[in-house]
Amino acid sequence: MPVRALRVQNLRKSYRDVAAVSGLDLEVRTGECFGLLGPNGAGKTTTIEICEGLTTPDSGTVEVLGLNWKTSANQLRQRLGIQLQETQLSEKLTVLETIRLFRSFFHRGPDPAACIGLVQLEEKRNSRVGQLSGGQKQRLALACALAGDPDLIFLDEPTTGLDPQARRQLWDLIEQFKHSGRTILLTTHYMDEAERLCDRVAIMDRGRSIALGTPRELVVSIGIEHVVEFASGGARPLDTGPLLRLDCIRQLEHHNGFIRLQVAELHRAVPALLAELDRQQMPLTGLRTHSATLEDVFVALTGRHLRDE
Amino acid sequence: MSNEAARTLANTPQAGFAAHPLAQLTIVRFKEFIREPEAIFWVFVFPILLAAGLGIAFRNRPADVLRVAASTPALAQALSGNKLLDVRTLPPAAAESALREGRVALLAQPAPEGGVILRYDDNNPEGRTARLLAGDSIQKAAGRGDPVPLTDRLVHEAGSRYIDFLIPGLLGMNLMGSAIWGMGFAIVDARRKKLMKRLVATPMPRHHYLLSFVLSRLLLLVVEVGVLLGFGAGAFGVPVRGSLSVLVLLCVLGSLSFGAIGLLIASRVQTIEAVSGIMNVVMMPMWILSGVFFSSQRFPDLVQPLIRLLPLTAVIDALRAHMLRGATLAEIAPQMAILTGWMVLCFIAALKLFRWR
Repeated sequence: MPVRALRVQNLRKSYRDVAAVSGLDLEVRTGECFGLLGPNGAGKTTTIEICEGLTTPDSGTVEVLGLNWKTSANQLRQRLGIQLQETQLSEKLTVLETIRLFRSFFHRGPDPAACIGLVQLEEKRNSRVGQLSGGQKQRLALACALAGDPDLIFLDEPTTGLDPQARRQLWDLIEQFKHSGRTILLTTHYMDEAERLCDRVAIMDRGRSIALGTPRELVVSIGIEHVVEFASGGARPLDTGPLLRLDCIRQLEHHNGFIRLQVAELHRAVPALLAELDRQQMPLTGLRTHSATLEDVFVALTGRHLRDE
Repeated sequence: MSNEAARTLANTPQAGFAAHPLAQLTIVRFKEFIREPEAIFWVFVFPILLAAGLGIAFRNRPADVLRVAASTPALAQALSGNKLLDVRTLPPAAAESALREGRVALLAQPAPEGGVILRYDDNNPEGRTARLLAGDSIQKAAGRGDPVPLTDRLVHEAGSRYIDFLIPGLLGMNLMGSAIWGMGFAIVDARRKKLMKRLVATPMPRHHYLLSFVLSRLLLLVVEVGVLLGFGAGAFGVPVRGSLSVLVLLCVLGSLSFGAIGLLIASRVQTIEAVSGIMNVVMMPMWILSGVFFSSQRFPDLVQPLIRLLPLTAVIDALRAHMLRGATLAEIAPQMAILTGWMVLCFIAALKLFRWR
């Protein structure tokens, strides 16, 4: 098996006048879980659907498992496991019937019952798809992706719309597949999902990859380790000038009624912040800090948030 | 489950006919259909209810006894010689209003200058019949004899009643409806739910997907045709005089032609609302023009050639010829040719236009 499971070079795709992907380069190594992280509309789905052979790019090269879509489409489809955003499987069929159908398309792959076991839906094997919960439907979609024992799995927003418990359950399953030596490419706009599951992440914005690395590397690369958010409830606005002059504070911005600081050293920044509030006689009505995340990386790189809430 | 186990499991070969993608797609399609209660009702129950209702409403009854009025007892006496007339004597005013309100079909009055005046509405078939019967009775009562003796022999033959006309019509309508609806809804629904896109992402051969529709259609066809013809034969004694093989061929060809039309309708549409609208626009004219409930000959001669080219007309005309007259394959060849033409043209157009997403 080649070292690279997927290579994309200078990929471009436009829909009418709108460029969905504009000059993207990607490389996914065999056996890794690679994440495309970015806000809605960043071009993640277009990219993954081009890699899945569902969309033809305007230009650029795509090499999947050492093959390309023009000459080896059928061979490739046998080796890929695909889960699309928004697929609604037929509600009238049972779980087992659905898997049996998908299994029939592949030359090799697990027995349908075993496939259901892989996503822990044994108890639901004879239930109609229409009666499954959102999380169970998503696990069934995953089982359909596994029906052909794929070498490379594409997951497009696998946990979007699920409740926290269902998301964690799905993450556990995806982690298991990672350890079974398969390569996974997933898209997500949840930074916690990318941090938890992905070995490497490409951050996408407006059709381009703007950062690439392990989640840890990306966080370190922006030079901020912590984020402090606070609110002050005084009658007059806070004079933020003195705060910016502190050398432990890198950046300051207003966000959802909070003032958000990117700081390098928490143990120096917080006392300095409290002292400044005290000096201006401003009450502190909220304070929270967290270690920098991929979300902060995205904010640092683009000035925007992954999800506009 | 350990991960090694997960990958070891991975090579269970799936053997046998049922593991073939085409078999799986067909089985799935069939199951989806029979798990849809509305579909069962429209395809199987509704045509039977319709046939039963219309068969009873339009059953051929023994000739009615007609009510007529006479203004004098003498005339009443003369009229009552005919068993098919129910005669009553009414005073002039009451007789007038009974005639006007249609309670009697005819009023007989003595004419001032001798003879009899028969008053009736010649636009009303009952009035015309009453005129013939009354005239005959009055002349006979007055002593007219028949120069030629006539003998009645009554015929009530299966094959010439309304129900015999109706069952092939309903069968044709059913073939059209289930093929076009079955194809149109299923395809657009799969496209709308992105299920079609998901299937295209697998190694599924695309022609298997379309073929599965044909196969499941043919499976259902056996039941559909069997149920309706069985009902017609059992409840009303509707005949099937032609050969079974020609009937099968005709139904299969009809179903495939309508299936191709359904495929063409559904080839690009994205929403259920849009496809319902188009299907109704396509089928509505045929429901009216193609002679399901009454003969298409009632439409002007000018449009007859066009009506004959409609696929539903072809199916129904061929079915009637086959079932009621026992027509052979050669006799229904023109209709078969029309159906084949529709099938080929629509299928080619559908393949050109079809969108998998």
